Amino acid sequence: MSAVSIKGVSKQFEAGVTALQGIDLDVEPGEFVSLIGPSGCGKSTLLRIIGDLTKPTAGTVQVNGKPADRARRDHEYGIVFQDAVLYDWRTVSKNISLPLELLHWNRSRRNARIKDMLELVELTGFESHHPWQLSGGMQQRVSIARALSFSPSLLLMDEPFGALDEMTRERLNAELLRIWQETGSTVVFVTHSISEAVFLSTRVVVMSVRPGQIAGLVDVDLEQPRTNATRESPRFFELVTQVREQLAAAGARLGETQEPALVEDQV
Amino acid sequence: MSAIAVEPSNRGIAGALPRAAARALLLVVGLAVLWGVWEGYRWLGIREHWTWPFKVNDTNMPHISKIWHAFGQPLQPDGPPLRHYLWHYAIFTGKEALAGFVLGAAIGFFLAVALSQSNMLRRGFLPYIVVSQTVPILAIAPMVVVGLGTKGVSPWVSVAVIAAYLTFFPVAINTLRGLLSPDPEALELMRSYAAGRWKILWRLRVPASLPYVFSALKISATASVIGAIIGETPASLQGGLGYAIVNFNQYYSIQPANLWATIIVCALLGIVFFLAVVALEHIVLKRAPENVA
Ligand SMILES: Nc1ncnc2c1ncn2[C@@H]1O[C@H](COP(=O)(O)OP(=O)(O)O)[C@@H](O)[C@H]1O
Ligand SMILES: [Mg+2]
Repeated sequence: MSAVSIKGVSKQFEAGVTALQGIDLDVEPGEFVSLIGPSGCGKSTLLRIIGDLTKPTAGTVQVNGKPADRARRDHEYGIVFQDAVLYDWRTVSKNISLPLELLHWNRSRRNARIKDMLELVELTGFESHHPWQLSGGMQQRVSIARALSFSPSLLLMDEPFGALDEMTRERLNAELLRIWQETGSTVVFVTHSISEAVFLSTRVVVMSVRPGQIAGLVDVDLEQPRTNATRESPRFFELVTQVREQLAAAGARLGETQEPALVEDQV
Repeated sequence: MSAIAVEPSNRGIAGALPRAAARALLLVVGLAVLWGVWEGYRWLGIREHWTWPFKVNDTNMPHISKIWHAFGQPLQPDGPPLRHYLWHYAIFTGKEALAGFVLGAAIGFFLAVALSQSNMLRRGFLPYIVVSQTVPILAIAPMVVVGLGTKGVSPWVSVAVIAAYLTFFPVAINTLRGLLSPDPEALELMRSYAAGRWKILWRLRVPASLPYVFSALKISATASVIGAIIGETPASLQGGLGYAIVNFNQYYSIQPANLWATIIVCALLGIVFFLAVVALEHIVLKRAPENVA
């Protein structure tokens, strides 16, 4: 059974915008799949459809074999946005505890889990800080801890490190990989950074714009665990080039130049 | 309203003492400046025979010392001093205002909660709530007093209702803004947890609205005191500051200091209400200073 199974999904907005057309994609349990493409190609929309935060106009989505709305109500996934979306009036601990409270976990069970989560994201000692007292990177780690606190099998991430500086981003990339391996969860990760997609993923889904379609898939066979040395390996460069060429080809097919919003980062 | 902004509270005890001393000094300096402006204007006005915007004389602008003195003077021969009366008037009016404030704040809050739950409700009701405040309170007050009076409601309750009428509006409008303030992503997060309306309300909307609620309560705190004072007049309710103002007005030309003393007490009562809300805010809200609405 696939962790995520998307069949013939299209999405039209009322304004007449076709954000997605004919998307088919299966994500196997334990995979780390990145969606990459120029801005406006429907990456966020696709992620939100998987999370049943918006409905597709056509097609079906299943998560762990259940229809998307059922899966959402069964807390099958945790989500992380570009902004950490922490609640200001709650401390770090209380923010992590939010989904647990909604799931009616009792206090001692919550506290034990919060402690584990703080260790996982290396924020032990910050439990009673408020979000505004943390750096952007730390806030995003709290957000990840919150998404994982109730042990969902699927983690949806929408450009979670997009607002962070390069160094913080690379550190969090490594941390995310460690967490992914420790928890054994499935990750669907949206990014518009080619190197980030290649470094993190087991598979990269390249999307094209207007309408949003899947232009190609790149299997990333870099060996685990990945380290800084991975970023310097020849295979890494090959894969980055492959993704870049697919993106360019997707743009060319549509008779368009690549959007400037797509960062070609230094590798 | 910048004076209301809460300061960062994480400076520790070490900074607290000098800060309190600095504030006390500021207060003293402020009062001294006020005194200087009053006496200066008075002195100039009398010397230059100013008649605009009002004639400056001992009646319109008594010496501050005279007003201060009036607090200690007996109203009737051998009776207790003025401050004794004013104290009891202030307590009396304060109780009405407090009842009105609590009633109005509760009505405002729950009205906002109801309106936050439906676009339709909001579109239907909001205009009427706004219109309610364009009706002059002076016209409403006698109607409330007479209307409730014929139903056997005691006059002080009517006065509280008038105070509530002035209180609920800012609370309702600001709370509604606060309840609707969470960004779409904060709401999507709740949706991802399959949280229902009720949980979204109590775990997200209400906490997010609290800074807005408190900024409204600060406005309402003083408005409720004004409402109570105004309400006492048509209610012909004796024993409060509104009554004292009407009463001392009649003796204004002979004893202007009495009216001025009463005005000062009214202002003090408003300030006490305001500071009580500020104190409550400090206790309840612990958040980023820049997020205080
Ligand atoms: N709520 C919406 N209403 C109308 N159009 C939308 C809405 N959300 C997204 N779109 C449009 O759908 C397209 C895809 O958006 P999005 O999924 O956010 O792209 P990406 O995340 O890849 O940048 C864009 O053209 C965008 O303008
Ligand atoms: Mg996006």
